[in-house]
Amino acid sequence: MSVRMLAVHYPDWPVAAAGAAAELPAAVLAAGRVVAATPAARALGIGPGLRRREAQARCPGIVLEPDDPGRSARVFEPLVVAVESVIPGVEVRGPGECVVPIRGAARYFGGEEAAVGEVRRALAVAWPAADRLAGQAGAESARALPRCGIGVADGPFAAGVAARTDIVVPPAGTAAFLAPLPVDLLDDDALVDLLRRLGLVTLGSFAALPAADVAARFGPAGGWAHRLARGADPRLAVARERPVDLGVVTAFDPPAERAEQGAFAARRLAEQAHDLLRAHGLACTGIRIEADTDGGESHGRTWRHDGPLSAAAITDRVRWQLDGWLIGIEVARPTAGLVRLRVEPVGLLPADGRQLGLWGEPGAAAGRVARALTRVQGLLGPDAVLTAVPAGGRDPADRIRLVPWGEPRVGTGLDQPWPGVLPAPAPTLVHRPPLAASVLDADGEPVGVSARCALTAPPARLAIGPGSLMAVTGWTGPWPVDERWWETDARRRARFQLSVEEGQAYLLAVASGCWWVEASYD
Amino acid sequence: MALAALQEVARGPARRAGDVRLLPVVSALAAILPEAGLRRGTTVGVSGSASLLLTLLSGPSQAGAWCAVVGFAQLGLLAAAATGIALERLALIPGPGPRGPVVVAALLAAMDIVVVCPPARSRPADGRRLTARARERGTGLVAVGDWEAADLRVTAVERRWEGLGAGHGQVRAANLLVEVSGRGAARRPRRAWLSGTGEPLPSAAPDLGEAGAARIRPIEVA
Repeated sequence: MSVRMLAVHYPDWPVAAAGAAAELPAAVLAAGRVVAATPAARALGIGPGLRRREAQARCPGIVLEPDDPGRSARVFEPLVVAVESVIPGVEVRGPGECVVPIRGAARYFGGEEAAVGEVRRALAVAWPAADRLAGQAGAESARALPRCGIGVADGPFAAGVAARTDIVVPPAGTAAFLAPLPVDLLDDDALVDLLRRLGLVTLGSFAALPAADVAARFGPAGGWAHRLARGADPRLAVARERPVDLGVVTAFDPPAERAEQGAFAARRLAEQAHDLLRAHGLACTGIRIEADTDGGESHGRTWRHDGPLSAAAITDRVRWQLDGWLIGIEVARPTAGLVRLRVEPVGLLPADGRQLGLWGEPGAAAGRVARALTRVQGLLGPDAVLTAVPAGGRDPADRIRLVPWGEPRVGTGLDQPWPGVLPAPAPTLVHRPPLAASVLDADGEPVGVSARCALTAPPARLAIGPGSLMAVTGWTGPWPVDERWWETDARRRARFQLSVEEGQAYLLAVASGCWWVEASYD
Repeated sequence: MALAALQEVARGPARRAGDVRLLPVVSALAAILPEAGLRRGTTVGVSGSASLLLTLLSGPSQAGAWCAVVGFAQLGLLAAAATGIALERLALIPGPGPRGPVVVAALLAAMDIVVVCPPARSRPADGRRLTARARERGTGLVAVGDWEAADLRVTAVERRWEGLGAGHGQVRAANLLVEVSGRGAARRPRRAWLSGTGEPLPSAAPDLGEAGAARIRPIEVA
């Protein structure tokens, strides 16, 4: 038994979401092919599946936009909310398409036609909001209401088909409604192709086959398609989760200029946010803190944590962030007092409690350290506290990746070979940027390296920057390194190791006739 | 010689094995440090060599200590990993800026060892305050360079990076002559040669001719 469903269908939604006006030719492309076109473009023979070049040949002035499913969903959201305001339990089935069970609403509004009218009115009211989301910069006038199909039938599949033709199929009339329609409506290209070759071009002819034979010949997927073609679609709409706003806001009047003023608000906000999360059975692993100032600036920063945050931990982070903003370094400090503070939990996960390790893992020390380091991040910014991760590379500097504390420690390129990597031991000081140096031979002339990597003379003295000359006791090289020669940031160098009388050794590189100390063995 | 060995046993690490206030160090440094380890709450001034600093940190880090390095952007972290420092327990704050003392004070409350590289124009009062805080919190404070408030000074008075000839070879290992001096038990300076792996060299090593170099093990890479 199928449930009566109402479906809303916007034809060519991706192009409507891209902000194109219906009376101008425009199309949305994915992988070089048209996926949606405006009515004006359709009139010129541009439809889904057409290649970019053919579309441009048919209409040289056509506006082509890349496909952006995120944008399509974003622009559709106000319309979904509009449908939801009339009938609850909306399931979004794709960009520009949603279904909702209509039985209760039909009784409430006094008939399916009346319910359809209500939905259509709500969609028309919500269109300007959606249009604003789609609106491109420079579009002055609002676009006209796009064509929108609303259909009612038994089951989501038939309702979706009815929405394309904008009709209300009477109860129990679904099979008769589907029968003359082509099999192409089934969303299974391989099956449709096969049915066509078997001579079954309409849903009715496919539905007329015995169900057992269809299941034997076409398997479960074919059996499912057969049920759809018969108008027996047992699916219920899976009501979408209504997004809940878990953010909490407070306003300061007068504006908060000092960190102490914010401290009390921080505690209250953190507890509110935590209570709200708990009411939804959720926990968060991060929070986003946003502040607006009296001067109209807005500041925001996200704090992440490798575990659920308690109310006290949220309080600490809000307080540290306020400290950082209000007594922090000059560049990051707001120019005026804070008037509004918002805390929003991010990284939500079910609050299923947290069991600490029996042997102190992650452990008391780790927790204490994490707290201190987060505090320092609050003082200096999240990028000021780093942790080193081994990575792949040729230079000592490349072989360490520095990631902000608290982010995942992932090295890159470790599994690749690095021919020409500097042999162990690694230098104990790495100079970034490298220090300028001069290398002289026994006669006091600068030492150079030819294009064929030949030294003009053995190095005898080394001076780093403006420092004094040091006598070279040992040297080796040149070791040519030619990195990323296929890119614009290509580096071609010859590396040397030099030891001096004072006892240190240096890793030098000569590039374009200049000597640089890249690292020191100290 | 026998007397020296007896003294070693009397003062050796065995007697203090259960002392949780002592952070373990590599054997070569243990031989010359006054308590055969790094006492929590002391301030150590390390100067003369970055590899000496890494060697000093490697013992505690391997034993599970959390370390932070403040204001030392050039430190070779690949060398740190090769020396045995656990990078996942090493936090780096390369540019603390003018709020350095506040940052170090916050870290001293949580870390086991905090390495600071004092900027050239740091105030002596800040240094004394941090030393006092380290003592109060029981955290090892390691200052790079001359730090007047240090309880213990560990200095590389001589260093030799071996392995390079005239146009051949490659840098292989460091040999450091380390001197420990300071207050109390460390008033009499003690010296030892240290090889790249943190192991003591035989006492005959100071004359590092061809024979000396041959005995040196290269640093292993992690």
